[in-house]
Amino acid sequence: MQLFPCPFCGPRDETEFHYGGDAGNARPDGADVPIDRWADYLYLRSNPKGTAREIWVHMSCGEFFVMERDTLTHKVLSSTALGGEYAA
Amino acid sequence: MTASRLAAGGSAIDRSRPIRFSFDGASVDGFAGDTIASALLASDVVVVGRSFKYHRPRGIWGVGVEEPNALVDVGGPQATPNTRATTEPARDGLVAKSVNATPSALTDRNAFLDRFSRFIPAAFYYKTFMWPDWHMFEPRIRAMAGLGKVDTDWTSPGTPDQINHHCDMLVLGAGPAGLAAAKLAAGAGLSVTLVDDQPKPGGSLGHRAGEVDGKPAGVWIEETVAELAAGGHLVLPSTTAFGIYDHNLVGLNQRHLDGRPDTMWRVRPRHIVLATGAIERPLPFANNDLPGILSADAALVYLRRHAVLVGRRVVVATNNDSAYEAAAALAEAGADVTLVDIRRDGTPVAPAKVRLVKGRALASAKGRLRVEGVTLDDGSRLDADCVLVSGGWTPTIHLFGQARGKLAWSEARAAFLPGDPVDGISITGAAAGAVSLSEVFASSETAVASLGRTKAAAPRSTGVEATDGIVAAWPMPGSKGRIWIDYQNDVTVKDVELAARENFVSVEHLKRYTTLGMATDQGKTSNLPGLALMAGITGRTVPEVGTTTYRPPFTPVPLASFAGPRVGELMAPVRRLPLESVHRASGAVFQEYGGWLRPAHYGGRGADAERSIQDEAWRARQSVALFDGSTLGKIEVIGPKAAEFVDFLYYNTMSTLTPGRCRYGFMLSENGVVFDDGVLVRLDEHRFVVSCSSSHVTAVHARLEEWRQDRFGRDAVYIHNATSEMATLTVSGPNARKLLEKLELGLSLDDTDLPHMAIGHGSYAGDEVRIARVSFTGDRSYEISIRADRAEPLWAHLRQAGQAFDAVIIGLEALMILRAEKGFIVIGKDTDGTTLPHDLGSEGPRSKRQTEHVGRRSLLTEEASRSNRLQLVGLTVPSGEAPLPTGAHAIRRVDGKLKSQGFVTSSYQSPTLGRPVGLGLIERGAARHGETIEIQHLGKIRTATIAAPCAFDPAGERLNA
Ligand SMILES: [Zn+2]
Repeated sequence: MQLFPCPFCGPRDETEFHYGGDAGNARPDGADVPIDRWADYLYLRSNPKGTAREIWVHMSCGEFFVMERDTLTHKVLSSTALGGEYAA
Repeated sequence: MTASRLAAGGSAIDRSRPIRFSFDGASVDGFAGDTIASALLASDVVVVGRSFKYHRPRGIWGVGVEEPNALVDVGGPQATPNTRATTEPARDGLVAKSVNATPSALTDRNAFLDRFSRFIPAAFYYKTFMWPDWHMFEPRIRAMAGLGKVDTDWTSPGTPDQINHHCDMLVLGAGPAGLAAAKLAAGAGLSVTLVDDQPKPGGSLGHRAGEVDGKPAGVWIEETVAELAAGGHLVLPSTTAFGIYDHNLVGLNQRHLDGRPDTMWRVRPRHIVLATGAIERPLPFANNDLPGILSADAALVYLRRHAVLVGRRVVVATNNDSAYEAAAALAEAGADVTLVDIRRDGTPVAPAKVRLVKGRALASAKGRLRVEGVTLDDGSRLDADCVLVSGGWTPTIHLFGQARGKLAWSEARAAFLPGDPVDGISITGAAAGAVSLSEVFASSETAVASLGRTKAAAPRSTGVEATDGIVAAWPMPGSKGRIWIDYQNDVTVKDVELAARENFVSVEHLKRYTTLGMATDQGKTSNLPGLALMAGITGRTVPEVGTTTYRPPFTPVPLASFAGPRVGELMAPVRRLPLESVHRASGAVFQEYGGWLRPAHYGGRGADAERSIQDEAWRARQSVALFDGSTLGKIEVIGPKAAEFVDFLYYNTMSTLTPGRCRYGFMLSENGVVFDDGVLVRLDEHRFVVSCSSSHVTAVHARLEEWRQDRFGRDAVYIHNATSEMATLTVSGPNARKLLEKLELGLSLDDTDLPHMAIGHGSYAGDEVRIARVSFTGDRSYEISIRADRAEPLWAHLRQAGQAFDAVIIGLEALMILRAEKGFIVIGKDTDGTTLPHDLGSEGPRSKRQTEHVGRRSLLTEEASRSNRLQLVGLTVPSGEAPLPTGAHAIRRVDGKLKSQGFVTSSYQSPTLGRPVGLGLIERGAARHGETIEIQHLGKIRTATIAAPCAFDPAGERLNA
């Protein structure tokens, strides 16, 4: 079982977390967003082998954060609270 | 009598505590400290099991987890099927039964199968899939498959414990390597946990000669363990590390000798030391599976720990030095020993009283139910009642392999050794290929060195040192006779040759085609000989063939250990109402709804349930109903951007809501699908309450948090889930207001002050109450929310005041009828994963809203505008007919074939209307009111007429009646 570092609570078992999607998948707003762009936002994922930047939520404290991890070795590289580039 | 218990000795047994147990119905005597295997050997019980396929008689081979033959079903309170006799402690009164044998291992009636062995070679059952017909063989093959029997009458003696544990260093294996590593790590100030699968620590030092720091090995073991215990370190005997998982989580299964179920440990060490030792391999010769043929090291263990002499006339066959100690010890104990060494040169000197034959190997063994003698490769014969073999040692690198450690082939050791290091894991001792005690201690020193300077002196070997000198003796292609490689699954040299002929040459294919290594022992003795043989057949080297993937568990682990306390109600705990006991006293029948345990109806069990439900639904329309709606979501959204936030989250515009008012709306997912529905309450300018569906509270809360943190920012909105803080009691029906007026809640209930879709604030017995006029029944309704712990007097008061109005308490089933009469939907029941809001008749925001909201763009696609979408409708049936079955399909006939055009989502008998009411999702349904369609269910076709969803009071007059 993997150990994920919640930026607020520290390392916890992976069962306490929920995957929240690719990080940096910015939402295009508007009724006139080109349909391909909207479809990419909804469905197109790169599924990288190696380093991935992902949004996770620590269900125990409710905080969403960005985690960088290696999808091959399962090594966790970093975890950062949302804010800055993710805030409105 | 050949095998026997000696009059003295045996470090593991306590002769003052005799025990007696039964094996295959016969009584067996032993001592405390015996395993089932050692006691059986002491009583000269030679045939202890039958092989999986050919039902060959089998005896005890090994002494631990590697045992392929001696499997038993243990009955009684600690019942375990397929457990190894070599690891199962013998207990007084224990009942053991051999597996795969009827009636007993000795007299198995399926023994005839061995004579048909050439008709059932490797993969014969795969071939029956192809020709002539699997079904011809299936019943017979299924009946033969499997080993032990599960005792279906067995009940758990208790809930197994699970323990989460942290330490600096976890040492797996308490032999010389593990003890040395633990001692050195403790001396470096690390917290150490030392684990060993045996009841007593010591490993090979417990039965092989050795002297450490000038002391006998036994003394050094005891001192080292005492030192660790005194230092506050944890020593766990009878505990097996069965798996290393992601991020070096280690699973341990601890056995207890006092009848308690096993304990599972989840250990998060900073560093792992694998000191797991090595397992002795068999040698290839014809009939090498006969009972009475044992691992030489096992025989030494039985002699030294259990004082069991496994034979009188013993042949020891070896290709390395380690068997010499066994030969010497058995000769010393009185056996007649001939040592047959494959090596011509470079052997140790013959031990005292042992005949040494050099440069010879065993060609075959003879005997029927036990070995009677052997033939050497020069044709000479030796009589024997017991044959001990040592084919070399396979390092126990399973856990290293599980941690994705790469293995490196050592020609000198004729074994795979650990290759490149894995983060956080060291491997030491025999598992790393060390042979002498000096090598073992040196490798432990290296393993610990990088973790800190130790104050403990490294142990020194001061006695005779073990040597190896192995000359590989792998099974050879083209060998004569039947030579077993995997004992338990009956895989012979010929089976591996067959696999190679049929081109299953990859090691993973070899495994699956022949089942080599797939038995309960997972090939601990057979994998390496098997792949070495495949290498020989295909002209490759052993590392070119490679090993199969190592996966947990290393040894079988009871499923109960994994489940731990998560059984029964704790498997998926239900959420409970604050007033549960009150409802029980009122005769409520409870059911689980979306994770909540709620009253389904009050009174009426079994066949009477439906009558109770109908009665509740009917009476609710007559006067007034009381309903516990505490599960309804109550998520508060607070902050300067709260209005903007709810606008974004809802399909409907919510920011225009006046404080003190409520509005019904949908939440969508980003692909436009209706995710939840409910009422939003605006308490004041910057404070809303999201009243979502009971079963969606957690998901809605998570969704609100996600958008808050990912789009609006922590300072703009604050979210608080108050669902379980408040109980919500609903009063609904024509007399709802009259009943409520009796309670004097401190607010005006006048319809101008508290109209439908408005909220009011009052108090009850000093506590604030919030009253919302929203309705899920279509009748005038009041939802009263109060602190959960103060709800009971209010509920009692409502019931008492209700007597004057013939009030009825209704459960969820009656509520479902009332809402279906009105055409009110339940998300996930009357919608599916494709339902968009306009499919439910809510078109306005889609065409008119100018501001952004979740799922907006998805509502403006070709798919969303498709003309034949499934739309919500009511369904009526011809007079006198029963309700439609929920889930039944609406069908259309196209070229004589039936095609679905939607389905029934809700269907009930309405007591008020005196007819069934139904809801459904039907193609273009909104435009087809009045049309009669066919409904099919389980091959029966009925008709129904499409109608508006609302079947009762379509004008909504009862809301204010
Ligand atoms: Zn957290």
